[in-house]
Amino acid sequence: MSAAMTLPPTALDVTAVRAQFPILQRTIHGKPLVYLDNAASVQKPQAVIDAISGCYQQYYANVHRGVHALSEQSTAAYEGARETVRQFLNAASTQEIIFTRGTTEAINLVAASFARPRLQPDDEIVISAIEHHSNIVPWQMVCQQTGAKLRVIPVLDNGELDQQAFVELLNERTRLLGLIHVSNALGTVNPVQPMIAQAHARGIPVLLDGAQAAPHFSLDVQALDCDFYAFSGHKTYGPSGIGVLYGKAEWLNAMPPWQGGGDMIRSVTFEHTEYAPLPYKFEAGTPHIAGAIGLAAALDWMCSTGIQAIADHEQDLLEYATAQFRQIPGVRIIGQAAEKSGVLSFLIDGVHPHDIATVFDQSGVAIRAGHHCAQPVMERFGVPATARASVAAYNTREDIDTLVSAVYHVKELFG
Amino acid sequence: MDNLRDLYQEVILDHNKRPRNFRMLESCTHRADGHNPLCGDRVTVFVEVDDAVIKAVTFQGQGCAISTASASLMTTMLTGKTVAEAERLFGQFYDLVTGHSQPSSAMGKLAVLAGVRDYPSRVKCATLAWHAVQAALHNQTEPVVTE
Repeated sequence: MSAAMTLPPTALDVTAVRAQFPILQRTIHGKPLVYLDNAASVQKPQAVIDAISGCYQQYYANVHRGVHALSEQSTAAYEGARETVRQFLNAASTQEIIFTRGTTEAINLVAASFARPRLQPDDEIVISAIEHHSNIVPWQMVCQQTGAKLRVIPVLDNGELDQQAFVELLNERTRLLGLIHVSNALGTVNPVQPMIAQAHARGIPVLLDGAQAAPHFSLDVQALDCDFYAFSGHKTYGPSGIGVLYGKAEWLNAMPPWQGGGDMIRSVTFEHTEYAPLPYKFEAGTPHIAGAIGLAAALDWMCSTGIQAIADHEQDLLEYATAQFRQIPGVRIIGQAAEKSGVLSFLIDGVHPHDIATVFDQSGVAIRAGHHCAQPVMERFGVPATARASVAAYNTREDIDTLVSAVYHVKELFG
Repeated sequence: MDNLRDLYQEVILDHNKRPRNFRMLESCTHRADGHNPLCGDRVTVFVEVDDAVIKAVTFQGQGCAISTASASLMTTMLTGKTVAEAERLFGQFYDLVTGHSQPSSAMGKLAVLAGVRDYPSRVKCATLAWHAVQAALHNQTEPVVTE
């Protein structure tokens, strides 16, 4: 891990953090922006914007094949970004860091290249009832292709997974456990460490969907001992269109490429193609060069700001908001797990979440209303949708106060 | 908050709270389902047509205030109209909520939904039940999806 991540936690200077996010100067409908849609996507600090524009303004060229100065600089920056990601995840080697378009593509890669060739009819893949669609649909597709079956760990009323049922689901036919690290719809932090240990005790590899965890936690894939870890740049203060798949080298080496093309080969003839070594085997075509560089700047920004300080600050905001929401008559919080991170999903009696979001917007408050790409979660809790406020490093207690007043305004309007 | 009052006018809030003709229609000759995946809105409309005249329209389902009020107002407006008049009214209503026309007297209470034109993401909510009625009248069996 980088030096910044091992420093003792210090309180976050939120004013200084906010000053680094140009978009927070904006007004929406004449009101200061209160951005609480961070679980959908996070705003970008100046350091990330500068890294991306710096790439295009000063040294952009294609990577890995030029002998000219710009290509060498671009390649150094792109591969430097891979090393930054390795440190962020504490992976053993940069060979284990594959750049993808995002979490979704990372999971699809594992489904197509790891799961599909291994699965036999009646084999089983275990996921949980609180997965994002990106950790459901790729497995359904691979089950349709192979005759394997999808098994689902149920969720309790408070939003925690049923651990007893989980243990009972694992059997000799289980070929993979795919688990969301932090639920984007409910905020539940899953106890991934013991769940990974239980799966491994039966020889079952584990993929973690870290899209909602990477923005909030110090990660160590070696300590977790997960086999695959996926996350997205746009939720970790970086650009969209870039993400990461971490995989243990032993698995990645044994997996066939999933897309063919340039950059992923060592030699090509019409009779035979020899593939490039890791990680290039899984990066066909010109990658999102500036995206990877922007992602590295974002991870550097998180580390230098202090990941633990950000997490402590967000936890304070979540607890502050939760305590206030519990006082408001007619407001129901969906997802009350003992361990939560960053997300407050809620309903207001008699008001559809979409109307809540529209009214909030007029107060400058941006939240998400809908199923949050987790329709099975909505069905489990018997609601068509929820309103969801989610926090990031730059949010303040004043933002939460504005949110709470907006709730009262909704109640008044629809009362 | 004036903008909000343009969108959520009293008539809309009233129809949201107490939707009219919110029931199944046993005597229906046509029915169709509508679904707006964006918000999770679901509506089923029931239409009774006799000799090309709409005798009754009812609906069931759940949705946001805009889609519920729009469906409710629609049922009050379509009763007694011919099928051709209903289709014409839908065209006028669609132009209104997409900002392509001004409210006219022919639209009656539907004019209160004119504020939707300032909220492009809500046009699908306002037109969901209308799309469903049109599908019902054309005997479409597949649910209508507005996304």
